[in-house]
Order: sequence, then structure tokens, then C-alpha cells
Amino acid sequence: MIGGLCSGSAPKGGPSGAPSTLRVSVMAARLALSRWRAAPAAAGRGPLLSCRRWSGAKADTVYDVVVSGGGLVGAAMACALGHDTHFCDKKILLLEAGPKKVWEKLPETYSNRVSSISPGSATLLSSFGAWDHICNMRYRAFRRMQVWDACSEALIMFDKDNLDDMGYIVENDVIMCALTKQLEAVSDRVTVLYRSKAVGYTWPYPFPMTDSSPWVHITLGDGSTLQTKLLIGADGHNSGVRQAAGIQNVSWNYDQSAVVATLHLSEATENNVAWQRFLPSGPIALLPLSDTLSSLVWSTSHEHAAELVSMDEEKFVDAINSAFWSDANHTDFIDSAGTILQYAVAFLKPTKVSARQLPPSVARVDARSRMSFPLGLGHAAEYVRPRLALIGDAAHRVHPLAGQGVNMGFGDISSLVHHLSAAAFNGKDLGSMSHLTGYETDRQRHNTALLAATDLLKRLYSTSATPLVLLRTWGLQATNAVSPLKVRSLMALHESCSLRRTLPIILNFFEFFSEYLPHWL
Amino acid sequence: MWFKSYRMTFACLNRIKIYRYPWTRLYSTSRTTVDSSEVKTFLALAHRWWDEQGIYAPLHSMNDLRVPFIRDNLLKTVADHQPGKPLSGMKILDVGCGGGLLTEPLGRLGASVTGIDPVDENIKTAQHHKSFDPILDKRIEYRACSLEEIVEETTEAFDAVVASEVVEHVIDLETFIQCCCQVLKPGGSLFITTINKTQLSYALGIVFAEQIAGIVPKGTHTWEKFVSPEKLESILESNGLSVQSVAGMLYNPFSGYWHWSENTSLNYAAHAVKSGVQDHPVPDEFVFKGETEELRGQDSTNAGAQEELKK
Repeated sequence: MIGGLCSGSAPKGGPSGAPSTLRVSVMAARLALSRWRAAPAAAGRGPLLSCRRWSGAKADTVYDVVVSGGGLVGAAMACALGHDTHFCDKKILLLEAGPKKVWEKLPETYSNRVSSISPGSATLLSSFGAWDHICNMRYRAFRRMQVWDACSEALIMFDKDNLDDMGYIVENDVIMCALTKQLEAVSDRVTVLYRSKAVGYTWPYPFPMTDSSPWVHITLGDGSTLQTKLLIGADGHNSGVRQAAGIQNVSWNYDQSAVVATLHLSEATENNVAWQRFLPSGPIALLPLSDTLSSLVWSTSHEHAAELVSMDEEKFVDAINSAFWSDANHTDFIDSAGTILQYAVAFLKPTKVSARQLPPSVARVDARSRMSFPLGLGHAAEYVRPRLALIGDAAHRVHPLAGQGVNMGFGDISSLVHHLSAAAFNGKDLGSMSHLTGYETDRQRHNTALLAATDLLKRLYSTSATPLVLLRTWGLQATNAVSPLKVRSLMALHESCSLRRTLPIILNFFEFFSEYLPHWL
Repeated sequence: MWFKSYRMTFACLNRIKIYRYPWTRLYSTSRTTVDSSEVKTFLALAHRWWDEQGIYAPLHSMNDLRVPFIRDNLLKTVADHQPGKPLSGMKILDVGCGGGLLTEPLGRLGASVTGIDPVDENIKTAQHHKSFDPILDKRIEYRACSLEEIVEETTEAFDAVVASEVVEHVIDLETFIQCCCQVLKPGGSLFITTINKTQLSYALGIVFAEQIAGIVPKGTHTWEKFVSPEKLESILESNGLSVQSVAGMLYNPFSGYWHWSENTSLNYAAHAVKSGVQDHPVPDEFVFKGETEELRGQDSTNAGAQEELKK
């Protein structure tokens, strides 16, 4: 399957010449054809066909865009559209199953659910004013990232000379609150229906028949109905929209759960480094929240996760500290092999290689902040259908080891808003495949590469088998030592897409393995 | 499956048509630029207009070029515009609107658009398609009539007249342009997109697109009716329309997208502006002059065609 995913990313690496464009367009044409055929089939399935009787009814409100799912990604999508100049005249609806969450004032305790927001995502959030609200509440910037291996001395350090921020750790509740405020600011264009959920979708026929409506019909839980020219599915990895549309989804569950918690450090520090250590059982990450607080994301086996959540607080803290500090997984062979490469590098290139820093030690865990949830990977075969687009986890689900889940979702939003805004300014039908496929192509190229790389990393680091440990040790050391490689991948990231700026770990690896591995074998 | 049901609905529509509009024919006038054989060609395809992947796919994707072309040139004439509906307050006449492929985008940009087409079925398709969109339903008006009928009812009524992929289908281009000019407000814009009359346009536009590749339905175009930008410009200028820009358009049949081009030897778009009130010709003289020029125009067209054939 990884091969399948990788093949999606192939055009990105290769020179994008005319033949590939041609091939892509032919593929696109074929795909489009299959999609058009699939649509009536999907519509014909299940209880939806009986709903055709609505088609004549004019009473339903017709929206230009309906976003199903008001999580971080769905709310940001509605916000971004609501603030777009070319959408001034459009009617947008956001459907959220949960209640509206409003704070009188910022809660004292930090939430255990946090996201690593890349500078690209921050740019998106500030484009519609939500970032200002976040800055007025709380967030923590990090300037360095240290990733190292539990089975060897190998480490890689990312930092920026110009002291730019590499990313921001923000509580999900804070982002949500900022988005809610910005949604209220455009309430004349964006209607938000809280505590309402779509229970049925009727897809239009490929092209209009005399008696059928060309829009998507949505039935809500309370029996009311509405119509939309474009439905955006942002309803998470179990997306009901995706299932109703009959879009294939490749997915598997990892044998891992993530444990999250809010941790108090032993002493106040500058705390501007994001730490991640790859243990054989899974990666453990410590993300800065404030001078004295950090957030934990520990991916480990289901049993161990359950144990971690239920054990008493002191034992839990000990387990975290030893996970970051213990050398129990080291073997002499790997250590000496690593040292040899280190010497070789030092001999060939006697410049300074960034020194290892030590992570802060944890003093205690915030009461009731421990929680665990299972991890998995998922990818929708299609992101778009006529009058339908999937964004965020509805289209792709990723392991949190790179902290990219929500950033991929925000990247989807940037791309989709860009295409929809252009379409609106050209007076196009918003649900037309002609611009939706543009969104799909942009994002699938990016997301499949990232998904494959994340999955590869997860697998590569889930073992303590000597050859693989040696491989990844040398890989990590070499990448860290060869600063041109590091610089180059960072440069490429800067140039290609701002959203990829905080993916150096992933893309360094991806690039490194894809370029250098064949030479070794 | 759908085809069968379509035929049923279509047959039913025909019946309705006969029942509801027995007087349609009364409106036809002796002076018309509508070609009755062309009407038959388009009647047979009226139901396919809104299939984005179907036979009219190139017209759908041409919107990526012609809508911005019309929008940007119209926006040059106004100081500021309302965000979200830049063309609001403008009255546009879409001549030969077909199924409304270009009418709807212009309506979505805020303009109030009148779409006219001589083929009843086209107007029915267009009418039906817009009826599902409450906003467009208000902004757009469709009428099954010829341009001449509009001229009889009203003059100097529109901020812009759009004749996209139409002039290669009319019988008498000279009269057609005159009518366009008459319904335009002084300072109003005329937008035309059409196919050039070159050997290349014969080879690609008719032989390749219709006979070989099947991009365009057979019998859509007649090469003799194609018009060169020079000829079009001279007709426009002689009718008091000053040509602002002529730009070539190229269609890539593999990608299905159009591109702007320096080269006008295949498709091209033209924008002309009607001059102000003062140098507007006197109506009586205008009609007289128009009629003679119409004859001359026809002669020259025939002569031109014969010459080309000899070559």
C-alpha cells in the first residue's frame, strides 16, 4: 500500500514537463468519467432514492456552501469562506453536532488537547483574523526541535539562525474559541447551526434532468431539509459525508494509542524546544506550553497506554522521565557504529555539529489531564465529487508523530478557498468539478507524500532490529551532519509551500531515504 | 437509461410547447439574421447544454477565459464595484445564449442579464436550469426570440451586449452588428468571440474538431460563415463601435482548457465600445446606410468565399 501511496507523490519529485501534464490530464479525464458514472449509482443506493420527491419543492433554503462538521477544520473553512471578498454575496452554512462553546474568560488550567500549528497554518488563521484572538489568549512558540533515537546516540536538531518561530503549540479549545469569535463576525454570511447533524444526503444526477434538482439535498436530524450547491465534508475520520458519497477510503489502525497529558516541569525554563524521542514502542513528544508547563503526546501500545492512563501520578511521571532519559535500549554495537560515523563526519567536516540538548525533567502531571485515544491512518481515494469536497481528517488521517494532522487540514482549506474564491470571481458554479479537481490534485500530491513518509517513519522506528536501527542511526546522523542537505530541504520547503515549513523531520527523511538509500543497496 | 427518460421528458416538453406557445411563430419577422438550418442543428442538442463533460465541454471551459474578459473590461468602466457581485447594476444582453452557459456566470457576478436564443428548446433548457437557483432566477430573464425583435422593442438599453460563439452562425453579420449597436447604451461594450476564417480554422475547427476528434458535434460550423478579425473590425468600426482589443484563444483538446494567445488564426475574442452620443449617426440615415451595406456585405462575403475556394 505504501507503494501505492508513494506513486501518488511521484509527479512531485520528477520534472513536471508536458508529458506528465498530459498524463495527469488524461488520468483526470478518466477519473472524472468514472466519477460521473459513480454518482447516480451512489444516489441509487440505500434510502436516498425515495427522497427524490423533494426535487420539485422550492421551500428549502438553497445555500451556496454547506460545511458539515464544525471542528477545527470545518469551522476554519467556514470562517475562511466567510471572510473572502468574492464570497460576500454567498450564503454559507456550518453544521455542528455539538453545542456552541463560549468562554466567559480563559480557563486557568491548560487543556490536554493541543496542536502544533505551522507558520503556514498561522498565516491562514491570521488571514481571517483568528490568529489575533489566539495571540490575545495563549500560545507558545517553539524555535527548535530535537528528535532523537532511544536505541542509539543519533539525533537531529532543527533550528533557525534568524530566530524565526518554527511553529506554535496552541490548545485546540483556544483555536476553536478564536474561530467561533470570527464566525460571529461574519454572521450575516455564515449561518452556524449548533446541535444539528446531517442524517441524509441526496446527490444530484450527473447533469440536470427536467424534474430533478441539481443541488445536494441534506436532511437534518430534526427532519428539516436544505439544499446546497457545494457540500464540504469536514466531519472527521469517520466521515458520514464520505460514506454517503460512497468514496473509497484506505485505512488501517495502528497497534498504538496516544496518551496525552499536561505536565509540570521541575523548574521554569525558556521552554522553546519541541522534543521527540523514538522509543521502540512509539514516539514520545514533549511540547512547550509555558515556562513551567509542557504537553505530552506519547504513542505506545494499547496495553501500555491503558496502563499509563490508570497508573498513579508519581509512577506516570517516572515513566515519562525514564522514557526521555533511559539508555536501556542502547546496544554496544550500534553505539560504536554510530560513534564511527560521528568520527568520520568530524574528520571530513570539522565544523560544529549542533550539540545535544537535554530535555527538561518532569515534576508532576496535571490532575485529570491524562487521556488516551487510538491511532490510525486513512486516506480517501477521491477528495472531490460533483458538488462535494472532503477536507481534513475526512480525507486523510495521519499518525501524530509529525504533528501534522491539523496542519494538513488547514492546508486543504488554503487550497480549497483559493480555488473556490477564483471560481466565485469567475462566476462559476461552485460545485463544478472543473475547479474542484484542481483542489484535489494540489492536495493529494502533498498529502499522500506526507502520509507515506509518516507511515514509513512510524514503521522504521517501531523496531529495535539491529540493521534497521543502524540504518536509521546513520541516516539521522548523516542528515544532521550534512548541513547542506538540511539547509537544502529547508530551502526547498520554504520555496515550495509555506505550510511545509515545519515538516523538516518528515521531508528530510523522505528525501534522504528516497535519494540515498538506492545508492547503498 | 437516462437517455430513455430524457426522450420521454423531451417529448412531453414538445407537447407542452405546442400547447402553450402556438403563437411563437407570429413573432418572426421577415428581416432576420437567424439561419433556420442552424436552428435545427442546435434543436437536436438542446438537452446536452449542461453536461460539463459532454459535447459542449469546450464551451464550459471557455468560460474560464470569456467571463474574466467580459468582467475585467466592464470593470474598467466603473470606479468601484461591490465585492462579491462586481457586475451588479449592469444590464447585459446575451445574444445566442444557448443553454445559458455564459448567462449564468454573468448573473452570478451580479449583472441583470437577458438571454435570447432563437431555439425554443435552448431557452427551455436555460430557463429550467436557472429556476433551481433562487438568486439567478431573479437576475436572469430568458426569451426565445431573435435580436431583431429586441431591437424593435427597445434601443440603447444595455451596458453590454455579448455574442459569444454566435457571429459564425448568423446569416447577415452586418445587420447583426448594427442591431447589437442599437441596443447598446452609448459607451456600452460589445463582446464577441468567434472563429477566424483561415485554412487552419478549416482544418482544425471543422475537419479535426467535428469529423475526426468529435469535440464539436458534426454540422455545428460552416466554414463560409467564419469571419476574420479584420473583417469584423471593419464592420464594427463602420457602425460606430471602436475596437478596444482583439485576443486569440487556443483550445487544448487534451487538457480541455483554453489559453489566451497572440495568435488569432483560430478562435479570438473582441471587445468594442460604442462611441458617445454626439457622434452617433442619425437613425434614418443609419437604417438606409445599413441596408445598402448589408447588401454589399453579403456580396463581399460571397466573393470572398469564392476566392478562397478557388485557392
